[in-house]
Amino acid sequence: MNHAMSANLPSELPTISDRLAKNAMRNLTERLIEFMLLGAAAVSVLTTLGIVYVLVSESITFFAQIGIVEFLTDTQWTPLFDDAHFGIMVLVSGTLVSSFVALAVAIPMGTVIAIYLSEFADSRVREMAKPILELLGGIPTIVFGYFALLVVTPILQVIFPSLPGFSLLSAGLVMGIMIVPYVASLSEDAMRAVPMSLREGAYAMGSTRLYTAIHVVVPAAISGLAASYILGISRAVGETMILAVAAGMQPNLTWNPMEPAATITSYIVQVALGDLPHGSIGYQTIFAAGLTLLLITLLFNILGQWLRAKYRENY
Amino acid sequence: MKPLTTEQIRAVIARGKTNDLIFKSLGIFCLALALLVIVALIADMVMKGSERFTVDFFLNFASRRATEAGILSAWVGSLLVMLVTACAAVPLGVAAGLYLEEYAKRNWLTSIIEINITNLAAVPSIVYGLLALGIFVYQFGFGQSILSAGLTLALLILPIIIVSTREAIRAIPAMIREGSMAVGATRWQTCRYHIVPYAMPGILTGVIIGLARAIGETAPIITIGALTFIAFLPPVPLTETGQGTAGLFDWLMSPFTVMPIQIFNWTSRPDPAFEVNAAAAGFVLMAMVLSMNAVAIWLRYRLRKNIKW
Repeated sequence: MNHAMSANLPSELPTISDRLAKNAMRNLTERLIEFMLLGAAAVSVLTTLGIVYVLVSESITFFAQIGIVEFLTDTQWTPLFDDAHFGIMVLVSGTLVSSFVALAVAIPMGTVIAIYLSEFADSRVREMAKPILELLGGIPTIVFGYFALLVVTPILQVIFPSLPGFSLLSAGLVMGIMIVPYVASLSEDAMRAVPMSLREGAYAMGSTRLYTAIHVVVPAAISGLAASYILGISRAVGETMILAVAAGMQPNLTWNPMEPAATITSYIVQVALGDLPHGSIGYQTIFAAGLTLLLITLLFNILGQWLRAKYRENY
Repeated sequence: MKPLTTEQIRAVIARGKTNDLIFKSLGIFCLALALLVIVALIADMVMKGSERFTVDFFLNFASRRATEAGILSAWVGSLLVMLVTACAAVPLGVAAGLYLEEYAKRNWLTSIIEINITNLAAVPSIVYGLLALGIFVYQFGFGQSILSAGLTLALLILPIIIVSTREAIRAIPAMIREGSMAVGATRWQTCRYHIVPYAMPGILTGVIIGLARAIGETAPIITIGALTFIAFLPPVPLTETGQGTAGLFDWLMSPFTVMPIQIFNWTSRPDPAFEVNAAAAGFVLMAMVLSMNAVAIWLRYRLRKNIKW
C-alpha cells in the first residue's frame, strides 16, 4: 500500500501544481469580479457627477451671456421672445406657491395618518391601510395631472366661481394628495421606532392616547418627522407633470394660488416639447432652470440633515 | 392647588376620551379620503373612457380624429423602453447592492457611494431628463431614441433596486455565509449560489416597484425629446423595411412614444373628444402600474410569511 503510493507520487506532482494554478486563477477571478461589482456601485457616483457636469457646463455658457444679477432680479421670464427677459424668480414663485399648497395638504394629512396608524389603529387596520397608501403613491403623476385638470378643477370652480381653468391651487391640492403616502409612511416608521417604555410611562401617569402621541411620541420622533417633511418638500418642488397639465404654462410672477403660472419644472417640459436647436440660448435656459431646481432641493436636503442632527434622540 | 373633586376628575377623563375619539375619527377620515381619491380617479376614467375600450383602441396609431386614435405605438414603446430599462438597471442595481453588502470595506469610498445613493433618490426626475439630454442624446449621440429613454429610466430607478437588494441581502443570516465559506467556497461562489438566490424574492419586489415607477414616468422622457405623434412602430429585427433589412438592434435607435406622453398629449388638447381617449389610456396605464404594484405587495407578503431562518 505504502509502496504503491510512493510510486505514484511523481505522477501526482503535476496535479498539485495544477491545483495551485487553479487557485491563483480563482483568486484572480475573485478580484476581477469584485472590481466589476465596485464598478456597478460607482455608476451612482458617475450619475451624480454627470448631473453636475451637464447642468453646470450648460449654465456657464448661459451665464456668460446673461448676468446672474439679472437672472435673480428680473421680474419677467420671456426667453423665447424677441424682447428676451430671464428672471428666474417668475418660475420660482410658481414652484414655491404650488409646493406650499401641496404641503399644506400633505403635512397635516400625512402626520394625522401616521399618528393614527402608529398609535391608534390595530394591526388589522394597519395591514389594510399600508397597501392603500402604497397604491396611492404608485399612481403615475400624469394620471394625477389628468385628475387635477378634468376632475378637481371643475369641482373647485363650483366652490370658487372665479377660478380659471388652469390654477396652481388645483395642481397643488392634487400634488398634496400625491405626497401624503411619502410623509405618512416615513413618519409612521419614525414613530414606531420610539421605544414602548416611553409610551408605557406616559400611560402609567394617566395620559390618554392622544396626549401620549402628541406630547411624548411626536417629540421623540421629531427628527424622523422632519426628514419626512423634507422629502415631501423635495417631491413637491420637483414634481412636473401635474403642474404641466393643470397649472398652465404661462410664466406669471404671483403669490396667489388662484392664478395659473409656470413652474421651473413645467417650463422645462414646455421647452422640451418644442423644437429648440441644440446650443441655442433657449436650450441653455432649461439647464439654468434645472440647476436652480437642483440647488433648491439640495438646500432643503441640507436643512433636513441639519435638523435631523440637531434634534436626533437616541434611545 | 386645590384637589379636584370626583366630578371634575370624571369630566377630565371624559374629555380625554372624547378627544381620543375625535382624533381617531380624523385619522380614519384622512385614510378614507386617500382611498376616495383612488376610487374617484379610477371611476372617472372608467366612466369617461369606457366607449374606447375596444380592440381597435389598442391596435390603432395616434390620429387627428379622436374616435380613430389608438395607443398602439404608445404601449409598444412603453414595453420596449421598459425592456431596455430592466436590462440595464437590474444587473447594475443587484451588482451594486451585492458589492455594498458583501464586499465593501468601511472606508471613505463606501460612504461616498452610500451618501450618493440616498441623495440621488431625492433628485427630481426631470433633472435626470436633463442629464440624459446632455449625455445620452448629444454627448453619446444616441439621439431621441428608445435606448436613450431606457437608460435614463434605468438611472432613475437604480437607487430603488439597490436599496431593496441591500435590504434583502441584509436579512440573510451570517450562518449561511459561514457555512458556505466553511466548505471552501469563495466569496463570489457564496454570492452566486447562496446570497443572490435567497435574496431573489426581495430583489424581485424592488425590481417590480422600480419598473412600475419607470413606466409611469413622463417628465424625463419628454425632456430627452420623445415625440408625441408617432404613427409607426420601431423596426422588427430581421424583417424587410423601406431601407432594406432591419438589423437585430435597429429598434433601439428608433423614435418612439410611451403611454404617459400619449396621455399628456391628449389631456392638453382643447378638443374635449380627446379627453375620452386620455381617460381610456390613463386607465390602461393605471391598470399596468397597479397590477405591477399588487404583484410586488403580494410577493412581499408571501415572503414575510414563508421565510423563517
